[in-house]
Amino acid sequence: MTANVVPALEVRNITKQFPGVLANDHISFTLLPGEIHAFLGENGAGKSTLMNILYGLYDPDEGEILINGKLAKIKNPADAIGLGLGMVHQEYALVDTLTVTENIILGTELRKGPVLNAKEASQRVRELSEQYGLAVPPDAIVGDLPVGVQQRVEILKALYRNVNMLILDEPTAVLTPQEADDLFRVMRELADQGKALIFITHKLREVREVADRITVLRRGKVVGDADPKTASEGQLAALMVGRDVVLKVDKTAANPGDVVLKVRNLNLRDDRGLTVLDDVSIDVHAGEVLGIAGVQGNGQTELVEAITGLQALPSGSIELLGKDITNRPPRSITEQGVAYIPEDRKGTGLVLGYSIRDNLVLSTYYKPPFTKGLTFNDPAIDENAKELIATFDVRTPSATTTAGSLSGGNQQKIIVAREFTRKNRLLIASQPTRGIDVGSIEFIHNQIIKQRDAGLAVLLVSAELDEVLALADRVAVMYHGKIVGILPIAEATRERVGLLMAGIQEQPNGK
Amino acid sequence: MANEQQAPAETKKTTEPQPSKRRFGWLNEAIVPLLAILTAVLIGAVIVFVSIPGNKLPTFDLNIYGSRSDWFFSTIPERLRVTLSAFTGLFSGAFGDWTKPSTIPVAISNTLVESTPYILAGLAVAVTFKAGLFNVGAEGQLLMGALGSVAVAAFMPQWFGVASLPAIIHLPAALLAGVIAGGLWGIIPGYLRAKTGAHEVITTIMLNYIALQVMDYLINGVMKDKSATLQRTPFIHENAALPRIISKATDPSLTGGQAYPRLFTTTSSTWDLRIHMGIVLAFLMVGFIWWLMNRTPKGFEIKTVGENPEAARYAGMSITGTVVGAMGLSGALAGLAGTSQVIGLEYNLKAVFSSGLGFDSLAIALLAKSNPIAIVPAALFWGALRTGAGAMQVNTGISINLIQIIQALVIMFIAADQIVRWIYRIKQAEGGKITFNRSWGK
Amino acid sequence: MKFTRARGVGLLGIFIAIVLLFAVNNSLGNKITETSKIQSIWDFTSTIRIPDSAKLKEDPKAPPVAAIELPTMITISLICGALILVGGTLIAKNPERGWVAPYMSSVIGFGFFSILLWAVANNSVDLSDTLSRVVRLGTPIAIGALAGIVCERSGVVNIGIEGMMLTAACFGYAAAAISARMIYGESLPANVVKGVVWLPLIIGILGAILTGGMMAALHAWLSIRFKVDQVISGTVINIMAVGITGFTRTNFLLKFESPLRAGLPQMPLGPLADIPLLGPILFDHKPITYLMILMVIGLNFFLFRTVWGLRTRAIGEHPKAADTVGINVNRMRYRNVIIGGMIAGVAGAWFSLEGSFGFDDGMTNGQGFISLAAMIFGKWNPIGAFGGSLLFSSADALQLKVQAYNFDLPSQFMQMLPYVVTLIVLAGVIGRAKPPAASGKVYEK
Repeated sequence: MTANVVPALEVRNITKQFPGVLANDHISFTLLPGEIHAFLGENGAGKSTLMNILYGLYDPDEGEILINGKLAKIKNPADAIGLGLGMVHQEYALVDTLTVTENIILGTELRKGPVLNAKEASQRVRELSEQYGLAVPPDAIVGDLPVGVQQRVEILKALYRNVNMLILDEPTAVLTPQEADDLFRVMRELADQGKALIFITHKLREVREVADRITVLRRGKVVGDADPKTASEGQLAALMVGRDVVLKVDKTAANPGDVVLKVRNLNLRDDRGLTVLDDVSIDVHAGEVLGIAGVQGNGQTELVEAITGLQALPSGSIELLGKDITNRPPRSITEQGVAYIPEDRKGTGLVLGYSIRDNLVLSTYYKPPFTKGLTFNDPAIDENAKELIATFDVRTPSATTTAGSLSGGNQQKIIVAREFTRKNRLLIASQPTRGIDVGSIEFIHNQIIKQRDAGLAVLLVSAELDEVLALADRVAVMYHGKIVGILPIAEATRERVGLLMAGIQEQPNGK
Repeated sequence: MANEQQAPAETKKTTEPQPSKRRFGWLNEAIVPLLAILTAVLIGAVIVFVSIPGNKLPTFDLNIYGSRSDWFFSTIPERLRVTLSAFTGLFSGAFGDWTKPSTIPVAISNTLVESTPYILAGLAVAVTFKAGLFNVGAEGQLLMGALGSVAVAAFMPQWFGVASLPAIIHLPAALLAGVIAGGLWGIIPGYLRAKTGAHEVITTIMLNYIALQVMDYLINGVMKDKSATLQRTPFIHENAALPRIISKATDPSLTGGQAYPRLFTTTSSTWDLRIHMGIVLAFLMVGFIWWLMNRTPKGFEIKTVGENPEAARYAGMSITGTVVGAMGLSGALAGLAGTSQVIGLEYNLKAVFSSGLGFDSLAIALLAKSNPIAIVPAALFWGALRTGAGAMQVNTGISINLIQIIQALVIMFIAADQIVRWIYRIKQAEGGKITFNRSWGK
Repeated sequence: MKFTRARGVGLLGIFIAIVLLFAVNNSLGNKITETSKIQSIWDFTSTIRIPDSAKLKEDPKAPPVAAIELPTMITISLICGALILVGGTLIAKNPERGWVAPYMSSVIGFGFFSILLWAVANNSVDLSDTLSRVVRLGTPIAIGALAGIVCERSGVVNIGIEGMMLTAACFGYAAAAISARMIYGESLPANVVKGVVWLPLIIGILGAILTGGMMAALHAWLSIRFKVDQVISGTVINIMAVGITGFTRTNFLLKFESPLRAGLPQMPLGPLADIPLLGPILFDHKPITYLMILMVIGLNFFLFRTVWGLRTRAIGEHPKAADTVGINVNRMRYRNVIIGGMIAGVAGAWFSLEGSFGFDDGMTNGQGFISLAAMIFGKWNPIGAFGGSLLFSSADALQLKVQAYNFDLPSQFMQMLPYVVTLIVLAGVIGRAKPPAASGKVYEK
């Protein structure tokens, strides 16, 4: 990278203030043609805000953006695309009900007058996909395609608009390690063809693998640049979090007891008749954590919902401590000692418009001491709130503050507080630390291990392989609704689990 | 899934409830509805001003005025006078002519009588709002309630082959019949919603039309008073009637031989009032619903299902049960509204019974922001508008449909409170926005 | 055995078929008296005539092309038997998909046919006329459904179609009446008295379209600009429509004297209209009915073959995706809601200028809501919605048709038929039908 190359993109002193938080604080950087520039940062470090500013979705409060050396005003995504800047969002901006071609051409359609020129469009898509080695079926409905392919559609969408800069926002979050490798190959290919790429992630390993340059963000500020060839993972992590982080959770070896949860032969199809659960059988013992690894959307959600009674099952059986709980109503399952941290804390775990106090009795409100006779017993509910807020370190001005106004970490603590303080035998935690700050993650991880040590059976589902590997005593891997392998933690190496997550069955060792 | 992106936005709402604001909390709550009403009435005044019928004004004559617009401008004083008299008419219709005190009790009683079904039907809708449902079916539920109660009130002694039943049995039976009939009519869309996903807005409207036909069929058939020329049921038994509060003794020859009860008898026309015990029932229901929604687990379930059905299900609440229950309760309240009209006011059921109450009750519930206590002033306002509209029409010849326009404007300004806030420069308050299960499917 | 949708529908079908059989049996039995010629219920016949459209004009007594004589009881028994059989299969096999809607449609369709046969026992009915009524009465429902499709496909629920139709009917009529008076004065000139007065009528239709568009603009303004819940905003439209039209009618229309005496005329399409059966059904209608058919085909084309359609489907399904490729979601929603309102305006014009001539309070009678049900039935596709409209209008057509006969069923039951059918269809097919994903949701960046 020579100094006299005009940067494809130069950002100077971008600042963005949200009420109560400075999301971007005078951020500056340059992006050169043909390079992959990684932005590393924790959740909430300001990466997404910065990219949304570049892409015209937010207005910056201060600062300027230069494209090819010229000052650029980016008011909306159309401006960004016009200036040659494309973006692949973390959540794909694809319309599920339209075809691949329709999705790609949307907004810049090939037309004859008002009429779509479908034939030529699908031809163009075919050409593009060959040029960059991104295989997609042009006439398939996007909703029917696997996520990996959908991501290719997203990239093609940008390329179709002749962008020379591409922002990839957490592109590997929903990919298997193998799919991720394939993506890195494509990224390299694009860079070699002269495109400039911004790669946003919080995964240290990935940046070192693919990036040419690393910028680390923390709390809205650039805290350092690093060279992927020389920086160690530890150094990057320290930069990212602001202190040395322990990537491991302190725990002793498990001491498994009797089987608490016995799941046998669960099968389920979705509305479209596709298999969601494929003959799933697992056991979870008292005093152990069974971690379920797998790329999101491989049946984990449905498995957990089936166990907790939220998903009706056509076949299979679930036993809790020897008692059949298949297709029982959720309340009866809860009352038999099941605690459940749902994956969607805002949509499922909490009523955001309710006070913390009310959320803390969301599943026990009808029982004494909270209800006396026909009416609520307010002193008991208040007392409960006071106690749990203190014990679980929920940072809130008062118990009557609405849950919706708290940060993700504190919201999650409310759920944990509510669920862990019942008399439980089984704990189900689904994505328990997604999108929350490091302090809260540590707190919740320790709480989970504490529950295990108290003799509960724990079923942990997480899309973060690191989390599973750090907490679990045994690791089960799900792929396409099937449990494709269960490994004791000692044998669960990243590589083995990764292969299983990609659906590649282990070959029995040749004898 | 988008949690991460929203991280910055999350913190923006971190505001503590400020104790100082709380003391006048109700005023803060009420200011926007009041201004909405004011604005709607002002727009109503403009409509009156522009569209005053010709016979109330000097006739347009080309020779005198030269052109239509000159005529318009030169009649401005008359127009202002008529507009003003429209609203004084509205007021005196609703609250009496304060220069003649003897008109006041009757007017106020009429307003209260008119408001009674509004309170009950408004409550009915408010309950469903809390559950995230949009019940447009108060009309049909009210009709079914009226039918149920009139069936028992007029025919029950006949079923047992006696001339009359004691009031202690007959009156509660009539009330119960109305409540149950309305409740069942509410349960149908509730069940369809919960089990099949059929949206309650369409199903309740269909059930309104069906209820109308059922009523038409019954009062032309088995329930028709054979001796009457009008299409109506026989008069109800006096022992099934809700007593009037104060009135003159009625003439039984005008009411099918029935002498209807009253608490106090008067001989003065000033105090010969139509107000009946229905209003007391309505107030009792306001108290009951407030208690239910704020103090009991059942109310908590209704509110939770309305706020976040996913979370409610996760917390072990039964969505089906709650939705059906809320719709049933709503239907029962609307049924009670119909019942109190029949056994408290009309004493029989005619083909032209009630109309538009379904939409009115929606408006009242919106105006009150589903708060059971606030239903009372909202319904009183509505009742006053309706009562006064008659007098206004006499005074000015302006069609009473004007009231409907004003009402629609009130709802519009309540729903889009930003318009009012923008006009009067009031800051946005926290929360309080109602949302419904909007999609058609499950 | 689990209670499922397919089983529920099967059960309902069997129930309807059995009730129908008993009712017909009972009713025909009552018609047999000592003096009547017929002595067994099996001897009743219902005749279905297909008149000769071409010759009918010259000779009202021209013999029909065909007169099919069906044994009433046997035909109805066969139909009900088949429905019970299929219903039973549904209950036994519990098929997962693809059966519910066709079975329900055939229960309703054959059910109507049976009621028709029942009503005309020992009498005859004109099939062409009955079916042509279905198309005619389906016109406002279908157009209303198209209006709904345009709105909902772009992500805005439009519960206010009823109100838009009503207002459009009122002001469409007013526009026609006033313009006629402005053009022709107190009475029509002698040379046009007999003919059709096209100009004011067209102004009337345009007025209706404009009115519909304006009401829709209000809906769009409230729900997009002010983010009012779309159901509430639609309700505002409906209530306001009742107020405005009632006010206009009593304060103005009732006192206004217009020279215009008749609405849109019958326009048989030359020789096409003379084709037996098909002619009266498709080619012998008034203008808005033809327009409806064109609009159904047209919208289907526009929605699935044009840039506008692609973008509309995208903003209704995933507005954010559309936004990120530079489509202005809210502007497009504004435009589409207003277009939807203008389409609803055409339906409004049908009520006051084509179906009948004049304006009455509440003359739309819930058809706007039935339109929405037709839209849902048709899974947000124009052709499907058209089919749904015909299903609902056949209830109405049947109801009107049997009034001419001495029929046992109380008229109130026949009148509630369209609403009951709507209710059943909604409960039966919805849940299988997926609305556009973003429908009803405010779009915020």
